[in-house]
Amino acid sequence: MSPAAAWTIIRISIAERLIYRGDFALGTLMRFLPIVTQVFLWAAVFSALDAAGRPAEVAGFSYREMIAYYLLTMVARAFSSMPGLASGIARDIRSGAVNKYLIQPVDMLHYLLLHRIAHKLVYYSVALGPFALVFLLCRGFFPGWPDPETLCVFAASLVMAFLLGFFLESALGMIGFWFLEVSSLLFVYMLFAFFFSGHMFPIDMLPAGVATVVRLLPLQYLAYFPAAVFLGKVSGPELWQSLAVEAAWIVFFAFAGRIAFRRGVRRYGGYGG
Amino acid sequence: MRTMDSRQSANPALGAADGGPIGPSGPLRYVRVMAVFARNSLVRDMTFRVNFLINVASSISWVLMNLGFYLLIFRFAPSIGASTGWEQWPFFAFLATGLLINSTVHALFMVNADELSELIRTGNLDFVLLRPIDTQFMVSLSRIDWSALGNFCVGLILLATALVRMNYLPSFLECALYVFFLVCGVAIYYSLMIALAASSVWLGRNLSLLDFWFYITTFARYPMEIYQGRFGAPLRAAFTWVIPVLVVVNVPARLLVQSVRPSSASDWFLAAFAVAAAIASLAASRIIFQIALRAYRSSGS
Repeated sequence: MSPAAAWTIIRISIAERLIYRGDFALGTLMRFLPIVTQVFLWAAVFSALDAAGRPAEVAGFSYREMIAYYLLTMVARAFSSMPGLASGIARDIRSGAVNKYLIQPVDMLHYLLLHRIAHKLVYYSVALGPFALVFLLCRGFFPGWPDPETLCVFAASLVMAFLLGFFLESALGMIGFWFLEVSSLLFVYMLFAFFFSGHMFPIDMLPAGVATVVRLLPLQYLAYFPAAVFLGKVSGPELWQSLAVEAAWIVFFAFAGRIAFRRGVRRYGGYGG
Repeated sequence: MRTMDSRQSANPALGAADGGPIGPSGPLRYVRVMAVFARNSLVRDMTFRVNFLINVASSISWVLMNLGFYLLIFRFAPSIGASTGWEQWPFFAFLATGLLINSTVHALFMVNADELSELIRTGNLDFVLLRPIDTQFMVSLSRIDWSALGNFCVGLILLATALVRMNYLPSFLECALYVFFLVCGVAIYYSLMIALAASSVWLGRNLSLLDFWFYITTFARYPMEIYQGRFGAPLRAAFTWVIPVLVVVNVPARLLVQSVRPSSASDWFLAAFAVAAAIASLAASRIIFQIALRAYRSSGS
């Protein structure tokens, strides 16, 4: 695809995203409300620990770290979450809308990636305000800025979270070539992702056996890993090792999606559209 | 499309209520219409049986995941809050109470409230206004989501388990009061939901309204004691006295849990307040709904 075509796709997607600005900005701010209840829930949990004379930590997290963790996973999810990507691909396959990618000189995965980048750019420009406000109000929960090296790895882990999220979900959407209805399958994925990505709680809290399995899954890179890096929970050789594993997962899902698309198109009927 | 479907499924209901030359009148008529709504919704749900089962299974697994999270918390902490009495099983009785209320609201009103803003936007509310029956009744109850009852059963099982583990058998009076306060809780949640949905008359398109209901009720998912301190105390006051969502689960749950049961005069005052709040919310939602109907301009169609 030529750079000019890529730029056009990005421009159109940005314009499309800005149609319902008000609804969008309000929705972004409201997404922080559940964090408020989490702050109070964890305050209550830690006060109970204190009263029972136990050390004030849960799975190695202090109260402040726990809240900082939840805020940081929100940042990670802002990069890794891909609302409607897999279900959109499955819908296009079912309705025959994939036809347009087959007859135009535009590759479907490239198009979707550019489209998603544009949506994310708009999202960050709108969400930057609410995010900055919340982090400013909650700065007391953070231990301070980490060193430049950690900060660089954190930034890299966010970009990689975006790529992993995109390739993982687009590969899932390709299952639509083989099964007409994938919404329940996607729901199961979403459920697992919410629980085991660390979005709901730090995965260190899981019992040892389960935690070992969960650490082998790619899901932790979508929420847990960036937050853990920022808080200094992962360091030294383990840090670089994890990044390498994450990169391998990205490559794996990029290829899986590509191969699934090639094979899927051969089975594809192209009715309607 | 969804509005079309609901109208079709609602049609026979009104036929049955109005069709006869001497149809019943007064409250009995509403009961009969309600029964027809329930039957039609069940027929509709049973038409897509596998879809129905998947809906039940997925909402139950969502609840189980949440329970898993709380189980994890209790692996580390003895209770939610220092000396609040909310140890594991009392807290699970609390969660069960929330589950019973939420699933009831979900089954009866969620789909309908979701559809109301769509009816207003498309102008299809005209067809509801023409019916010889109370509009708010028709709009609120025409479609019942039976799949939400899966979570109702999970709530019952969880409550029974919690009571057995706490080794407590509630008296008949306590059970009756519990059910009564559950109904009050449902009324408060319903009022908030229908008022938010009706206000889409003024906003035109607003997809975030039900989200807003969801976010407000998130505050009611935990015992009210957790809202403490400089920010917590005002929050607790606002969500108790202004938007009374905190009494919805807290008041009934306390009746069945010995460690947190109402003991002081202020506890019983809170219970009395919950009843008053339920009545006041219903009245307020009725007024808001009527004003919204007057502002409705029948756009489109």
